[in-house]
Amino acid sequence: MIEISNIQKGFDGNQVLKGISCTLETGKCNLLLGGSGTGKSVLLQCIVGLMKPDIGSITFDGTVYTNSKVDIRQEIRRKIGMLFQGSALFDSMTVAKNVEFPLQMLTPDMTPEERRDRVEGGLKRGGLENAGDKMPSEISGGMKKRVGIARAIAPNCTYLFCDEPNSGLDPATSIKIDELIYEITHEYNITTAIITHDMNSVVGIGDHIIFLHQGKKLWDGNKEEILNAQVPELREFIFSSSLVRAAKRVEEEDGPQGLEQLAAEPLSDL
Amino acid sequence: MLKVFGSFVLFLQNMVSRTERLRGLWNRFIEEATLIGVDSIFIVGIVSAFIGAVTCIQIAYNLTNPLIPKSTIGYMVREMTILELAPTITSIVLAGKVGSSIAGGLGTMRITEQISALEVMGINATSYLVLPRILASMFMFPLLVILAMALSILGGYLAGTLSGVMAAQDYIEGIRTDFVPYNIFFALIKAVVFAFLVSGISSYKGFYTQGGALEVGAASTAAVTNSIIAILLADYVLAAVLL
Repeated sequence: MIEISNIQKGFDGNQVLKGISCTLETGKCNLLLGGSGTGKSVLLQCIVGLMKPDIGSITFDGTVYTNSKVDIRQEIRRKIGMLFQGSALFDSMTVAKNVEFPLQMLTPDMTPEERRDRVEGGLKRGGLENAGDKMPSEISGGMKKRVGIARAIAPNCTYLFCDEPNSGLDPATSIKIDELIYEITHEYNITTAIITHDMNSVVGIGDHIIFLHQGKKLWDGNKEEILNAQVPELREFIFSSSLVRAAKRVEEEDGPQGLEQLAAEPLSDL
Repeated sequence: MLKVFGSFVLFLQNMVSRTERLRGLWNRFIEEATLIGVDSIFIVGIVSAFIGAVTCIQIAYNLTNPLIPKSTIGYMVREMTILELAPTITSIVLAGKVGSSIAGGLGTMRITEQISALEVMGINATSYLVLPRILASMFMFPLLVILAMALSILGGYLAGTLSGVMAAQDYIEGIRTDFVPYNIFFALIKAVVFAFLVSGISSYKGFYTQGGALEVGAASTAAVTNSIIAILLADYVLAAVLL
């Protein structure tokens, strides 16, 4: 569990985060939802330690991360896996070497055989069995995201952070990436935080959703509650999607069964 | 200016304060030494051979007094090559080739979040990425300068003898006259200092790149320009202090 308490961060007099407090729960996909420029990425960078908050504290399973000693920060960082928006794969390494890299650097005691098994397992988990020898420039955007996930989870991370995992992907690939993150989170019981503004992710994997608006937390709940939330900014955000509006209309006209029936229909019939 | 210098010192301090494992550092050193040294042999060879040749021809053109022996041409080529041309010109050429490559590579890694990925993993990115580059440069620059010295003197020999400006015997006699071994030592010290400046400045410029592709190009240009200025300043200071 990650506890975020009163985080504030500003740049040149512009206050981006205005005292955010929330909890990222273990074994759940915690979505940081909000429009562009609401401070989601800054909050994530504060959590993973790429930025230092001006005020506030972040606690990883009871260990305070902000302002702690380098050794403690290093210890926590080694439990963190992160999928970056652009995947951030190392250009000079093959896909397999990218996945192996954190193992090489963080677990020097691991034998080469163990490492190879772990890499093969990670590639298999991401459906990348035949892509190990390829360079990042030779694979698609969706595959890059999957390699990024495989690299993030390779050292058995406890905390997984994903910065807009669906950006630049088609809807079908986005859903596959979401499903992969969801499965990994529940299978390994890790704390996952995902930055998104994709409503497909919200209704698909939103175990816990935190809505940010203008640097403040306005709402938190889950995917079952979000469509009935009464926060005007949140309603404006989610109902700007035509698909969500249509789904809401179906629910209002035919009840929850109508939505289930709609979701069960093959795509070709829609 | 002072702020930038302070930031550069902190950057170097961070690089050595928490270094990665020795084996990993060694592997990265070998990779970088290949990129910086082996891949630069061709350009250094071409530049130094032609500089030696041109120096020889131009000295011969200016030495018209029959009282001055022809061997003076060889002597002057050797002194100019060892003291100035080989270390300084080679380092300036390498500032263009290696400096822009280091700044461009690190700048691209920064804007594509590869450096952030290292930092999130708990890896000291400056130690992992920059330290091997600086050490490899400080090891390879002197070797390239030694190569440049040899090829430059050889270039002068070929130009002088093949063009008929002087006899081979005169050139060789000039090369051997009043040789001071300390000059070689001085040239190698210069090479090590220049290597540190080129790789350090270029790494700093690349590492702190912000923005996009345009800024990566700007960082490469700034790295080369600043490295060359630093080389020329250091060249003067070293000459004033050590000669």
